[in-house]
Parts: sequence; C-alpha cells; structure tokens
Amino acid sequence: METILNIIKKEFLQFRRDPKMFGIILVSPIIQLIFLGYAANFDVNIVHTTVYDMDRSEESRNLLNTFESSGYFSFDNYVNNYEDLQEDLETGETIVGIVIPNDYGDKINKRQPVKIQAIFDGSDGNTTSVAAGYVNAIIIEYSQKIFLEVQRKTGKKILSVNPLEAETRVWYNPELKTRNFMVPGIVGLLLMMITLILTSLAVVKEKEIGTLEQLIVTPIKSYQLIIGKLVPFAILGFVSVVIVLGAMTIIFNIHVRGSYFFLFVSSFIYILSTLGLGLFVSTISKTQQQAMMLAIFIVMLPMVYLSGFVFPIENMPKIIQIITYIIPLKYFMIIIRGIILKGIGFAELWQDGLILLLMGMIILYLSSLRFSKRLE
Amino acid sequence: MYSIEVNNLTKKFGKFISVNNISFKVKEGEIFGFLGANGAGKSTTIRMLCGILAPTSGDAIVGGYSVLKHPDEVKLNIGYMSQRFSLYNDLTVEENINFFAGVYGLKGKLLDDRKKWVLKIANLNNKENLLTGSLPGGIKQRLALGTAVIHKPKIVFLDEPTSGVDPISRRGFWELINDLSESGTTVFVTTHYLEEAEFCNNIILIDAGKLIAEGNPKDLKTNYLLNDIIEVECDNAVKAMELLEKENFVEETSIFGNNLHLIVNNFYKDKTQIKLLLSDKNNIRVNRVDKIVPTLEDVFIHLLDNKTND
Ligand SMILES: Nc1ncnc2c1ncn2[C@@H]1O[C@H](COP(=O)(O)OP(=O)(O)OP(=O)(O)O)[C@@H](O)[C@H]1O
Ligand SMILES: [Mg+2]
Repeated sequence: METILNIIKKEFLQFRRDPKMFGIILVSPIIQLIFLGYAANFDVNIVHTTVYDMDRSEESRNLLNTFESSGYFSFDNYVNNYEDLQEDLETGETIVGIVIPNDYGDKINKRQPVKIQAIFDGSDGNTTSVAAGYVNAIIIEYSQKIFLEVQRKTGKKILSVNPLEAETRVWYNPELKTRNFMVPGIVGLLLMMITLILTSLAVVKEKEIGTLEQLIVTPIKSYQLIIGKLVPFAILGFVSVVIVLGAMTIIFNIHVRGSYFFLFVSSFIYILSTLGLGLFVSTISKTQQQAMMLAIFIVMLPMVYLSGFVFPIENMPKIIQIITYIIPLKYFMIIIRGIILKGIGFAELWQDGLILLLMGMIILYLSSLRFSKRLE
Repeated sequence: MYSIEVNNLTKKFGKFISVNNISFKVKEGEIFGFLGANGAGKSTTIRMLCGILAPTSGDAIVGGYSVLKHPDEVKLNIGYMSQRFSLYNDLTVEENINFFAGVYGLKGKLLDDRKKWVLKIANLNNKENLLTGSLPGGIKQRLALGTAVIHKPKIVFLDEPTSGVDPISRRGFWELINDLSESGTTVFVTTHYLEEAEFCNNIILIDAGKLIAEGNPKDLKTNYLLNDIIEVECDNAVKAMELLEKENFVEETSIFGNNLHLIVNNFYKDKTQIKLLLSDKNNIRVNRVDKIVPTLEDVFIHLLDNKTND
C-alpha cells in the first residue's frame, strides 16, 4: 500500500511540472464542450414543407394549422399533384411533403383510422430524422387531442394506439436539440482521452527514458506499479468530469436529472476498460508517439464512431451494429445519457452497467497480465 | 565467500546468441570489472543478474539467491544503475531520493541519514531542490549511484557508469566505487575504458557473448601476453606502423596516443633494429624506444586480435 502511494505521489509531482497536463485536464474539457455544444449543432429550426391537401376539408385545415402553429414548419408551397411535390423535394426547395388523403375528414368524423403521408428528402439523414421527429410529435399530440375530445363527447374510453417510443423521445429532448444529446456524451469521451491516452503515454515515457527498467530492479511488484500508475489518471479523469458537468450546467443549462452517485460509480466502472486499453497500448508501443497514434487510431476513433456518440447505432449496417456490442463507450453512452437526460438510474441501467463492469475487468486483467509478462 | 556465482549463463534473442555460456565468480566486497566492446553482451548479462531478463539457460546465484528461481529475493539485495540515466529528470533531487528510498521502505531517521549521505557523495548539499534534469553529467551519475545504493545493498551493478563523463569526474566516480567496496559492498561494474580496468580487483573480458579472459589485472598481463612489448615514440606513427608490420621480429602493432606499441618475438634483439628501419632507411625521427610492462589494453588488443585471426 505504501509503495503504491509512493508511486502515486511521484506521478502527481511529475504532473505538477508538466504544463501540457494541465492543458489537457483543465482546458480541453471546456473546449470540447463548447466545440461540440455549439459547432456540432445538427438542429433543424425550420422545416420547409410542401402541402398536398387532397381533402380540403375543415378537418384537414385543422391538422395543417396545428403543424404551422407549432413553429417548426413553414408551408412554402401548396400543390395539387404528386409530380409537383416531387419536383419541390428534388430541387431541395422543401424537405418534406405532407399529403392528406381525400377521405381524411370523412374518416376522422366516422372515427376510423386514417393515414396521412409525410414524404421526406432523405439526402440529409440527420435533418430528415429530426424533421420526422417533429412530424411524429405533432401527429401524436394531435391524435391525442382528438381522442380526448371524443372521450369527452362520448364518455367512452378509447385505447390509445400511440407509438410510445416516439413519445418518450420528445419527452427528454423536447426541442429535439442535438446539443442535449452530444454534451453528456462528452463526459465519456473525455474520460476516455485522459485515461487511455495519458495512461499509455505515461507508461511508455518511463520505458523510453529507462526509468521503467530501474523500477523493475526494485522490489516493486508489477501489480503495485500498475495500480500506482493508473490511479492518478483515474483521479484526473474524475476531476475533468466534474469540470464538464459544471460547465454543462453553466454554459448550456443542461442539468443532471439522475443521481450523481450513480453517475460517478458508472464512470468508475467505465474507466476500468479505458485504463486497461491504455495499459495495453503501452505494451505494444515503444515510443510515446507510437502510443499516441495507436491510442487514437486503434482505440479512440473506433470507440467514438461505434458508440452512438456521433452516429445513431440504429442507422448502421447490421454487421457494424453487431460490432458495437464490444464497444465499452456504447454502454457508457447509454448510461450517461440515461442519467443526465432521462434521470433514470440503477433500476433501468443495471444491465449496461454490468456488461461494462465485466468488460472492464476482463480488459484490465488481460492488459495487466501482458504488462507484467513484458516486464520480465 | 562469493557474492555472485554465474553458471553457464546463456541468453538468446531468437537465433542470435547475445551471451554465450559464460561462468565466473565474484568475491564479496571486491570491485569486479566486466569488460567488452560495444554489443559484447555486457548489459544483457547484467540484466540477467538483476532479474530483469530471464536467462535462456544456465543460472546465477546473486547474494545467495538464484536469479532463475527467486528473482524477488535477488532484487532486495542488489542496487542497479542502468546504462541510461535512470532518475526522473522532472523531479527534484530530493524528490528522486525520497521516491527511491520509499520504494525500499526507508523511513524516519534512517531515511534522513541516507538522504544526507547521498547528497554528500553527489556534492549536492543544500541543492536538494534543484531539478535533476538541470544537473551536470558527472553530478547526475553520482546522484544515480547514491540512489542505487540508498538501501545499502550487498551488491551493486553499475552498467557503464562513467560513459560520457569527463575524465576528472570519472576519477572522482572511481573513488566513490572504491569507498563502496571498502565498506563491504560488492561492486560489479562494466566499462569501455580499459584504463579503468586497472582499478578493479578482478576482471573478465567478453567478446561476442563469449568469455575470453579472466583474472586480476596483474595476472592478466603476465598470463595472457608472453611476448615483450616495445613502445616506440616517433614522428608519423601511422607510416612507422606500416613499415614495422612487415618485419619478421614484429608480431602485432597498435597505436596508443602518439606512441606505437609492438609485440615482438625472439627475432627481436635490440632497439637498433627499429632505429635502422625508421630513421636511417625511411627518414622518420625516432625519439625513444623502450621495453615496457604491458598495459591491460595491450593484453586485450592482443586477445581480441587473436580471436579475429582464428
Ligand atoms: N532485447 C533484445 N533483442 C534482441 N537483441 C538484443 C536485445 N538486447 C540486446 N540485444 C543484442 O545483444 C547484443 C549484446 O547487447 P548488450 O546490450 O548486452 O551489449 P553491451 O555489451 O552492453 O554493449 P554496449 O557497450 O553497447 O552497451 C547486441 O548485439 C544487441 O543488439
Ligand atoms: Mg551495454
């Protein structure tokens, strides 16, 4: 124990003399937060729409009014056939066409199910899915209104058939802001950067300058060396998480809805994997530069792309979706977004937490084994 | 009593044999010199003796423990100063000392005493807050030696401790080594500098992983080199060497600074043979021709030359 503390103390003394370290730990969280929070803004504020109303009834006008009064849609064109609608979408003048069938009013009055059509220009997937989200949200709201009205008029109970999924989504990101989705993810990203890259660099640095060999000749056991080397970075990781959470609240007014305790516990579970991967990278690299490259290109980028941080996993090809099951960050993204945005906790997230814990222990164990072998 | 007993130690890296079946013994408290050219296998041997590298075959008993079976016990009894500077440049002198003392569990009064001692031998009294990276080379090496033996090990391994250090600092460093040995520590030291070998109680010489000579400096000079050595001081030593090499009384030639050393055989009678050849026939001025006691360098060059001739 004393040996481990001695190593930890030494690491912190070295941090103190390394201004780069401060930059990475204090400044980079804020920069990333601002960059990803403001610049990576995929928000869709106004959806330009073409309307093809075949019905032209009071009911159809009611529905269209609901769309317009939501503030998200601007009805730029009214057309009378599919050809004109198609032309609008193709030229990019509008990105969605709303088609109301000619029996819409009749069916509504007869209390029959009716479908309206929303045709999207799918070339910009992100905008499309956001716009689709808006359409869904409005339709759900509107149909609920009709249900309630009918209920009130007839006194009958009608079973709601709303797609629940869509409803919840609107619930925790009411303005459908990408920022709210991205910012909590930064916690996962930063923790990875600090624990993965800095750890591997710190270990390889000792290899490079030769102090590692000196340490091997001392009675320090390899587990003590590993713990002594990893704990300081775990601590730094947590410091930067606190900074990000603080900045997130102050700058973007996003509050943690769930429990801080669970957030920190799951962060700890998550960094078992990233520390383990950092240690692994250090065993396969000879120089700091090599370690940096390997950490970024072999570990970090795949993690970022396959975790659902940037691209939704549902939109990936099946085979890639399968690969995402071995990405620790994927589980952490689910957990961290769950805690921060939805306010859910252990009851809902324990499975992801458990998978993450198992993964972390396996990765850390194997890396430590490899590290100890390499020392001999 | 022996501090170190090496038995048929071998290390292979793939097909390449870095250390080839060497055996030797090191007495307690002596200064043991381990000599060899670049790549001869010195560091590899030291690494095996310190428990850093596992031997491919053979074994060594260091401080009473087998490096193969009990590397952890071996580590408690030794100090090691690697060929590369192995303190933290970004820590202060005191932080380095504290760290390595902590590794060996030194505390309280013992820690204070040892810290003082290290600062004293490194000439760093009242400079314990300097950054280690800012120290001059000679001081760094003294500090590294001090921290390597901070726990008073029975045996200390020094891998080329004086390489890249100026001659005056090197002298001072060897005085430290002497002090350590006098206080009972066994010092196992490798070096490039053959003149430093003279300071050792016993020496082994290895070449390409093989042991080629061993003994104390005096025995080495008499046992391995039976011929006489003639030192010639003259102008244009290179030209003179070319001329002398062709003579039947000369076995080997080598240049030492401005002088020429000749290993001669029975055809050599006296210095007139040399003067005749150089000054009379070839106009090279000869200042001095003397028969000398061979230096270790003569012996080693002779041994290494013979090996390459085989
Ligand atoms: N890990 C390794 N893998 C492969 N070859 C190695 C390894 N370590 C050393 N060698 C080789 O073994 C040989 C002996 O190396 P060693 O470092 O022991 O030499 P040395 O006598 O200490 O030389 P120097 O004076 O340059 O320090 C060299 O040819 C070296 O290239
Ligand atoms: Mg060496």
